[in-house]
Amino acid sequence: LGGSGKAFLSTSSCPKVCIVGSGPAGFYTAQHLIKDVEVDIYERLPVPFGLVRFGVAPDHPEVKNVINTFTQTAKHSRCSFYGNVNVGKDVTVGELQGAYHAVVLSYGAEGNRRMGVPGEDLPGVYSAKDFVGWYNGLPSCRELKPDLSCETAVILGQGNVALDVARILLSPLDILKKTDITQPALEALAESRVQKVLIVGRRGPMQVACTIKLREMVNLPGTRPEMVTADFEGVSEALKVPRPRKRLTELLLKTALDAPRDKELERRRNVAKVWGFRFFRSPTEILADPGRSRTAGIRLAVNRLEGSGDAARAVLTGEVEDVSCGLVISSIGYKSLPIDPVVPYDSRRAIVPNSVGRVHQAALYCSGWLKTGPTGVIATTMNNSFDTARSLLEDMDSGALDVSAAKPGSQAVSSLLEERVKPVAFSDWEKIDSLETRRGDACGKPREKLLSVEEMLKAAWS
Amino acid sequence: MCAFTAARRLAQVSLREYSRRSSAVPRGAWQPAERSFTIGTQPLRSDSKVTVHFINRDGEKITVKASPGDSLLDVVINEDLDFDGFGACEGTLACSTCHLIFNEEVYKKLGPVTDEEMDMLDLAYGLTETSRLGCQICLTKSLEGLVARVPESVADIRQTKDGSA
Repeated sequence: LGGSGKAFLSTSSCPKVCIVGSGPAGFYTAQHLIKDVEVDIYERLPVPFGLVRFGVAPDHPEVKNVINTFTQTAKHSRCSFYGNVNVGKDVTVGELQGAYHAVVLSYGAEGNRRMGVPGEDLPGVYSAKDFVGWYNGLPSCRELKPDLSCETAVILGQGNVALDVARILLSPLDILKKTDITQPALEALAESRVQKVLIVGRRGPMQVACTIKLREMVNLPGTRPEMVTADFEGVSEALKVPRPRKRLTELLLKTALDAPRDKELERRRNVAKVWGFRFFRSPTEILADPGRSRTAGIRLAVNRLEGSGDAARAVLTGEVEDVSCGLVISSIGYKSLPIDPVVPYDSRRAIVPNSVGRVHQAALYCSGWLKTGPTGVIATTMNNSFDTARSLLEDMDSGALDVSAAKPGSQAVSSLLEERVKPVAFSDWEKIDSLETRRGDACGKPREKLLSVEEMLKAAWS
Repeated sequence: MCAFTAARRLAQVSLREYSRRSSAVPRGAWQPAERSFTIGTQPLRSDSKVTVHFINRDGEKITVKASPGDSLLDVVINEDLDFDGFGACEGTLACSTCHLIFNEEVYKKLGPVTDEEMDMLDLAYGLTETSRLGCQICLTKSLEGLVARVPESVADIRQTKDGSA
């Protein structure tokens, strides 16, 4: 990697690429490209790292170690970071295309799949995206103020995000207060009366979308599992499935069906908080209290399965079941949004249509969730991004991507931005980082996050 | 996650940091049972080193010498081996990017796999019966000459020319 100084001017002969989005997709794409090209990364917020900062659960700090790799990339002599720049508003994709040889869109999935049921907008109903954004300090979720005064919470969806939400709702305060969870979230959870969390899915135990992270839930202090035995009829880990699914099913079966003995039996007797998966249920309506002012319950349609394995389909039986609850969190998927009319967008799949990261438009590429849809862990996104970078480099080699004419790169964009908005440099982010870490030191946390764009900018330019 | 897991992970991280700075281990340093260690300074003699061979994703064989006690992830980092995306979580059992494949004979010598490692291995692309995570394999003299293959980390979707999941 090059030195930390960027004192030399870039030569006009070096191809220039810009990347929109500074989460894992943006940074891993950049990491692969900087061997051969100059890369500028644009980010809407003053702070980088996307879902690594705003999505990964506070009690998973080691997952955030990838930030060290991203930091190395950002400080490479051929890489520059421009935060606080809203592509689509402060600068258009067209203007970026004029300034760079290629543009890579890596801005992820900031929207949310709606359930599409009556009552979805009642107080007490939140998307997992917003709930996670709230406890992780995403500025746009600061005012969420979720109502945690009820006894039962129902989460729709059974992926890893649903598990994260359940775990944060039920984790002992002692564990949470040592993490980088935001102070307002910590205070709200300290007052929380939530004792029971149901994690609801349309299909059965063999179709759960979560991974063996489920083990953390099983081992969560102060909680015990409670599931419906009948849901597990016909489920066996002996079925011929790949090892990951087999081990996950084994864990589910053991948790749901094994009768606890001795110490575990004793432990469960003394524990107040309960969680469990509920299967074969789809939401049809959020039920309000008599004054129609808040959530009082959820109506669930009962399903049966047709087929088996991943292809199994949930089919309505006509039966419904009402569950009393004051908190409903819908964790059925994030969704990418279009940010600029010049970029093709598939509204059915909510992605930018592409072939191996190549958008069907000259010199335009995409990586990460915007390319494949909002599923996969960081390593998945890493591979996906390397793949897009390889496509771009191949196109440079073959001439399909024309890099013969010099392009002005960030110089042109900086001129445009002068009238519009002041970018945050990576060294400015490091001031924010330093302030957050110092504030965290004072209260035994890895960092105490700044919660508004205004505070972030103030620290950046102090 | 439970406190024990967190403590173990923290210990693994700080231990790795330490092993990178020097191969000497002071008396009384806490070590997890599966790592070998020596008391006092390592003499700089080549016979205290372990030879390790990596087969990279292009099929090329890379031979390096490493110290007993180093994890295979440590070796990749210390020797600056250019395996794209290897070791993303820095050896804290939070990813599967240090996935390595061994032959039967070597695999048996590597010892038991913890549930925690298995949980992460389950997420690895191209998982085999003789797969392990490099950050969990610590070198000993008995592993002299071991061969570790770095597998492909993603399906080559150029064949299908379709980028959707």
